[in-house]
Amino acid sequence: MEQTPSKLLNSAMLSIAIKQSFVKLNPLSMIKNPVMFTVEIGTLIMAAVSIYSISNSSEGSFAYNFSVFVVLLLTLLFANFAEAIAEARGKAQADSLRKTREETPALLLLADGATKTVSSNALQKEDIFICKAGDLIPTDGEIIEGIATIDESAITGESAPVIREAGGDKSSVTGGTKVLSDEIKVKVTAQPGESFLDKMIALVEGASRQKTPNEIALTILLASFTLIFIIVCVTLKPFANYAQTPITIAALIALFVCLIPTTIGGLLSAIGIAGMDRALRANVITKSGKAVETAGDIDVLLLDKTGTITIGNRKATAFYPNDNIDATEFVKLAYLASLADQTPEGKSILELTHQQYPNLVVPKPENAQFIDFTAETRASGIDTADGLTIRKGSFDAMKFFAQQHGYELSSNLIIQVKKIAENGGTPLVVNKNHQPVGVIELQDIIKPGISERFERLRKMGVKTVMVTGDNPLTAKYIAEKAGVDDFIAEAKPEDKMNYIKAEQQAGKLVAMMGDGTNDAPALAQADVGVAMNSGTQAAKEAGNMVDLDNDPTKLIEIVEIGKQLLITRGTLTTFSIANDVAKYFAIVPALFIAAIPALQGLNIMGLKSPESAILSAVIFNAIIIPMLIPLALKGVAYKPIGASALLRRNLFIYGLGGVIAPFIGIKIIDLCIAVFI
Amino acid sequence: MQTEILGIIATFALTLIIAIPLGKYFAKVFAGQRVWTNFLSPVEKFIYKIAGVNPNEQMDWKQHLKAMLTINALWLVYGFFVLMYQHQLPLNPDGNSNMSPHLAFNTIISFVVNCNLQHYSGESGVSYLSQQFIVMFLQFVSAATGIAIAISFFKAFKEKTSVKLGNFWQHFTLAITRVLLPLSIVVALVLAFNGVPASYEGKDQLISLQGDSVSVSRGPAAAMVAIKHLGTNGGGWFGTNSAHPLENPSYLTNMLEAISQMIIPIAMIIAFGIFIGRRKLAWTIFGVMTIGFLLLLLPTLQSELGGNPKIEQLGVAQTMGAMEGKEVRFGPAATAYWSTITTVVSTGSINGMHDSTMPLTGLYQLLAMMINAFYGGCGVGLLNYFIYLIIAVFIAGLMVGRTPEFLGHKLEAREVKIAALVTLISPFLIMAGTALASYTFTQHGNAAWDTAPSAWLNNPSFHGFSEMLYEVTSSNANNGSGFEGLGDNNTFWNILTGVILLFGRFIPIIGPLAITGLLAKKKYIPESAGTLKIDTKTFALMTFAIILVLNALSYFPALALGPIAEYFSMIK
Repeated sequence: MEQTPSKLLNSAMLSIAIKQSFVKLNPLSMIKNPVMFTVEIGTLIMAAVSIYSISNSSEGSFAYNFSVFVVLLLTLLFANFAEAIAEARGKAQADSLRKTREETPALLLLADGATKTVSSNALQKEDIFICKAGDLIPTDGEIIEGIATIDESAITGESAPVIREAGGDKSSVTGGTKVLSDEIKVKVTAQPGESFLDKMIALVEGASRQKTPNEIALTILLASFTLIFIIVCVTLKPFANYAQTPITIAALIALFVCLIPTTIGGLLSAIGIAGMDRALRANVITKSGKAVETAGDIDVLLLDKTGTITIGNRKATAFYPNDNIDATEFVKLAYLASLADQTPEGKSILELTHQQYPNLVVPKPENAQFIDFTAETRASGIDTADGLTIRKGSFDAMKFFAQQHGYELSSNLIIQVKKIAENGGTPLVVNKNHQPVGVIELQDIIKPGISERFERLRKMGVKTVMVTGDNPLTAKYIAEKAGVDDFIAEAKPEDKMNYIKAEQQAGKLVAMMGDGTNDAPALAQADVGVAMNSGTQAAKEAGNMVDLDNDPTKLIEIVEIGKQLLITRGTLTTFSIANDVAKYFAIVPALFIAAIPALQGLNIMGLKSPESAILSAVIFNAIIIPMLIPLALKGVAYKPIGASALLRRNLFIYGLGGVIAPFIGIKIIDLCIAVFI
Repeated sequence: MQTEILGIIATFALTLIIAIPLGKYFAKVFAGQRVWTNFLSPVEKFIYKIAGVNPNEQMDWKQHLKAMLTINALWLVYGFFVLMYQHQLPLNPDGNSNMSPHLAFNTIISFVVNCNLQHYSGESGVSYLSQQFIVMFLQFVSAATGIAIAISFFKAFKEKTSVKLGNFWQHFTLAITRVLLPLSIVVALVLAFNGVPASYEGKDQLISLQGDSVSVSRGPAAAMVAIKHLGTNGGGWFGTNSAHPLENPSYLTNMLEAISQMIIPIAMIIAFGIFIGRRKLAWTIFGVMTIGFLLLLLPTLQSELGGNPKIEQLGVAQTMGAMEGKEVRFGPAATAYWSTITTVVSTGSINGMHDSTMPLTGLYQLLAMMINAFYGGCGVGLLNYFIYLIIAVFIAGLMVGRTPEFLGHKLEAREVKIAALVTLISPFLIMAGTALASYTFTQHGNAAWDTAPSAWLNNPSFHGFSEMLYEVTSSNANNGSGFEGLGDNNTFWNILTGVILLFGRFIPIIGPLAITGLLAKKKYIPESAGTLKIDTKTFALMTFAIILVLNALSYFPALALGPIAEYFSMIK
């Protein structure tokens, strides 16, 4: 699933959405949206008035009443269309994921050890199945035996295969991915239809979409505005009677529909769905809409150093031979000591050698004995057949060996070791026959561009915290270099947990990303816990989002998506309410002008006739909804320029713009209508 | 003309010069710090002792509400019966008669809720006993009620998280002993020395130069005129309120009375900032309110000083401005200034006839009462403003992409629900009340009531509509001024406005108090770079826009049919 630039519409989605616009007219589904439900009642009344006006013209001509009815109906359809198109887009996105999990045969392991081929749909939770090289994994599960390379490109778009093995933090497999080598036994972790993806699909399809707390609060506010306008319109009738001005039902309903916040009311659910859809486009599966919204409020972000702030693991960056040894000789010794070292650090020493000395050839010694790193010796190396003993390890360990054998450490070496540590590097000392001969410098490579991202987060008001197993000195150096605000050094899983709890105690919202089972409690404790898809089942259960890309920097995007969601709601609410000013100036004079000609003074737009003014206002009110659909779906851009500056900007564009735009729009529509009446 | 303008500038300047130090003093008094009035504490201790109150007992918001409602209910019952039987009771030298039940109902409510609508005339409608022990007593305690609840609101945001908001009885007692009583004594003395009567004797007889015998009402008025302004009550001793020469004899007393009604509302804002340690926020609030106030005052001045275009058409020069319904000793500028302050701070006293002001002046008076939060009444003005703030914080919070928070407390559905309900109540009461009156007037004009509805209005048409709209708006805002020209002492208006008064007073107190209690309980969220600061110019603009748009949207059609239609008809 490549990250293609999102197309807003295609014809298939369009036809589904149009059909859904009509289906959603069902009052039972409309009532969930109080603003649009009142419009529906108004539309029905206008239908009745239109029929009545065929035979009796006391409520205005049939053509006029019918036009108002049609425009109101369109308003409803446009609002429904907004929701439907958002759902269709979400569904299309989800479908492309779902395609990967069409029925596949699964080799079910029975209790007696025999196997049986069944359909993937028949797999129940706790069942165990077997996958061999070339098989598609039938459903989500956890490897309980074996190790395999797996192609996850169907889900993540990443073509390089990954290794998954039983036990540890990389035991999870996803339905639809393909086993490339080896054989694994997998335990099913979800009932059919209840996997994360299924939940997500249900969420965007609206079946299980629950309103978020902010959405509820906004709906209440909009409902109260609607109530105010019901009061305004109902009381207008006795007011008009007092002023001896008859008001037609069409005019009253038009006034009402124009005043209530239909723009935001019609787009509200579309905005929410689009938010989750944007998360899905970023390859993040959210378990609830609330999680996306909470992400926008995050104050503290916990990031693992490795993979997020630095590229992979530490790398060797320089050789520092002692005075008593030739540089090439030293490199040769370092190379030999790392020859069998499978750790990333060891491999990086070989890489550095090839880089710096492309012509150096070190033959692989015959019958040599390789010594692996152990916790006791804290060193690794080689004993060759001709009696050469080479060890590399931490300064403390090497110093201990040297002193045991009566060697003193040269002052140069000590200075060098200190210098490396101060620069945030890790010194590896090499001993030849227990005599220190030089130092290798290992350094963390900070990801390019990461400090700019932290700067952006800081402007959003988000504090970044680096979590690392390094000692405090190294951690501090890297933290400063990368530009994070705080760090947890020599971190154990419970340290993360305690840090999160402490921040939450201070009233802050914390987000973190994790993959291991030992991360699970912290993921559950965090307000936004993002589990990597490659992580263990426990981690995925504990978090409230799953990142399919396993990309640790994804949290930053998630925060922005959350903010965008809230901003879109806020700005469109402001726009919708600001619109009312112009609508009043269109409709109120139109209502009274016949009886009180002096009120012509309020007709500042110079609209042609009361009928054209009312029609123009309702038409503007209707067409503004489809015009804003692209904005609702894409979201209002978030710029990290500080809250006050952002408010100023959005107030200017959507507040002031919201006041001015309808004056222009209504005038233009009135000019067009004037041609026909 | 220039002197007149200078006069109102001086009045406003003096108001600020007094209000700002007064605000600092309030903050100290209610925080329990050392102030020079501490010599009064034995008096307070004595009051607590006989009332059986422990001033150190902390109350949560529900306990505050219970205490406030209980004591208010008591006053309602007590006052109702005194007004019903004042004729039989002592201190009635002029022999004024008992009130009708519906008038007593309306009157007692209007004084308990700090409105002072007065559908009677002070000279003939009430005895000295009622004036002193109902009217004046309630002018003190109703103002103290507003201040006491506002102090609970202060206390809620002083601490990061708190369930307890102080002790209602203590706030209430201090509001009287440390604020209202000392200030009233000073103002009353100055008024008495400047000619406002202070005597228990009945009507005075005098023979005019023409030889007519005139009986002049008097009484212990000076004390009441002081608290009527300091407590933003507005109920006058005499029927014509501060336009009466004995209630407001000179330009000097006029200035003093104008200053008195503004100082406590302004001082409360200053006190709020000092009390919770956010002076900048207080100044921002003060800024929004002052700009709103000036935007109402300046066009009012322009419309009054400009004179009446209809008189202009007759070829009559109006060098002084529109003089109809104004006192010559004050002039149109001072009357325009008074009409603005009395409607913004919910005093409702008058020094000229609002019915006679220009149509646009009527519009600004109505708008001021509809908004009811540019300074606003004693204590309650700030609570009204708080509701606008909550709505502004909510929408602005969304606009910057963060769950809205007010002073570090997250704003959620429950608080928004209460704020929405409070926002709703004003348009509902004003529009429904006016609609009911319009409907009765047009459909049942000849109903055989104590006053036939068709006889309510002195001026039918747009102006008559304004008269009804004004009466209802004034009741909802607990303002108490009348446009007049409306026959309001009858069953319909007494009961209608009585009911509106009750809801218009208590819902805008209960709502903010509930929100305060709920917010204060929540976990405190420290400020970060992403937090929306509410003491900035941008946010002030946002609040101002919300206040303006919310009120314009609610009342535009009604205003269009009243003062706006009258204005356009007049200039045509």
